[in-house]
Amino acid sequence: MRQNGPLALIFHTIFVIVMVAPILVVCLVAFTPEGFLSLPTNGFSLRWFRAIGNYPEFIHAFWVSLGLGALSSFVALLFAVPAALAIARYRFRGRDALAALFLSPLMIPHVVLGIAFLRFFTSVGLGGSFAALIIAHVVIVFPFALRLTLAAATGMDRTVEMAAVSLGAGGWTLFRRVTLPLILPGVISGWALAFIQSFDDLTMTVFLAAPGTETLPVRMFLYIQDNIDPLVTSVSACVIAITMTALILLDRFYGLDRVLAGKGDTGR
Amino acid sequence: MSAAAEERGARAPWALTAPALMLFVGVLLIPLAMTVMLSFHDWGQYKGIEPVFILKNWHEIASDPYYAEMFWRTFRIAILTTLLTALLGAPEAYILNRMSGRWKSFFLLVILGPLLISVVARTLGWALLFGGNNGLVNKLLMSVGAIRSPIPFMFTETGMVVALAHVMMPFMVLSVWAALQRLDPQIENAAMSLGAGPMTIIRRIIMPQIMPGVLSGAIIVFSLSASAFATPAIIGGRRLKVAATLAYDEFLNTLNWPLGAAVATLLLVALVLIVVGSNALIERRYAEVFR
Repeated sequence: MRQNGPLALIFHTIFVIVMVAPILVVCLVAFTPEGFLSLPTNGFSLRWFRAIGNYPEFIHAFWVSLGLGALSSFVALLFAVPAALAIARYRFRGRDALAALFLSPLMIPHVVLGIAFLRFFTSVGLGGSFAALIIAHVVIVFPFALRLTLAAATGMDRTVEMAAVSLGAGGWTLFRRVTLPLILPGVISGWALAFIQSFDDLTMTVFLAAPGTETLPVRMFLYIQDNIDPLVTSVSACVIAITMTALILLDRFYGLDRVLAGKGDTGR
Repeated sequence: MSAAAEERGARAPWALTAPALMLFVGVLLIPLAMTVMLSFHDWGQYKGIEPVFILKNWHEIASDPYYAEMFWRTFRIAILTTLLTALLGAPEAYILNRMSGRWKSFFLLVILGPLLISVVARTLGWALLFGGNNGLVNKLLMSVGAIRSPIPFMFTETGMVVALAHVMMPFMVLSVWAALQRLDPQIENAAMSLGAGPMTIIRRIIMPQIMPGVLSGAIIVFSLSASAFATPAIIGGRRLKVAATLAYDEFLNTLNWPLGAAVATLLLVALVLIVVGSNALIERRYAEVFR
């Protein structure tokens, strides 16, 4: 195959710069020593990172997001692992319809989901509660948990299970000692991707969050609606750093291209 | 296990999927049905929501040109965003695919990574580049002589399209990238050996083969852009409404839930029709690629 020509490389360079620029500018502005928005032209300062400490609502929102992401991704896996095993191993009537239903939260606009959940949880008396947030997040991260678990379960070597059965293992022992360890990389990656999706979701959560259960993206969004100042850039820089860490771990552990590939093609 | 499972027959898969199925029926299908029903209810400033069956909200959306304009703006922004991502994302995926191993995976990480970074943070970056105290984008464009006077980006559709295209770009690159993986590099060499120039190869060999990738990427980008919330809300401000931000306003500011539910239902139905329709078209047109 031929190499990229100079024109292609110039296009590529500009493309990458434009892709990175907004993220980079947020991180740079976060280090400004000034009291207003400016690129740190005269020296770096951590004052806006220290300033986060004076805004307990950001700290609180961070813990809400962290707990919500960890818990809802875990609960989603409790539902997704058995479902993935069933879909991967059995050919049964309604299998395709079930798979489509389980992946449907990817296709339904999050604004519609937010409205549906708000209506539902308000009418059952859970409006604005943390429990409502958990249930809603379990539904929206379920497709991500399911897809990676499904990939692991489909690619699994079944002969190991058969060997275990021939040695007398069955039921729960078989699952705990043989099946689960074999699909564990897929399950953990599914958890991580689900966590990132939950941690980043704004559109659905903004409908459900009440004062006290606001997640970090919701808190940041409401703050930006009022005014944009260096404080929100330093909070964003922290969020970017956390996501990058998770991303690099995910890449090392599972391969980012494998995690993302097929993220869009939900129907097939 | 296998033989035994096969014998246990049709019940095992249902037992395994039952918890997830109940979850989805209970807290996804029922709430969606409730939302559709809500759009037929009445609402008044002082009486609140009245559970009756009337077409008031649907009539208001159909007759008030404000809603037609708002939906037209929503879809216009989504179409322009889709075109922009296709025009820039497809060539970039092609260039990426021709890079050598280590650079390829590095730049793939750089371009796809933003997909997982908070949309609020990414849009905030554009708000900083567009406006703030200096307007870096305008400064840059003027210094290279691309424009004479500053273009307003903040609180305009132009700004929304640029920021949305950035947010959606990874989906397009990913989709075209997947199509390129199925492409046999030898075909390109064969065309070259038969005397085809670079432009002919791109036009006659590459383009037809990556077109399904571009189109399926376009469907994803379009449907996500048409229902986007954070970017239009931050870049568009309070005045320039799209479907998602209008529904948000009706629900959390005006508190006219039935009207907001009608807007959301219409958005959902329109998107499902567009996505299913264009999926069917693409699969018929490119049946051999999907086999």
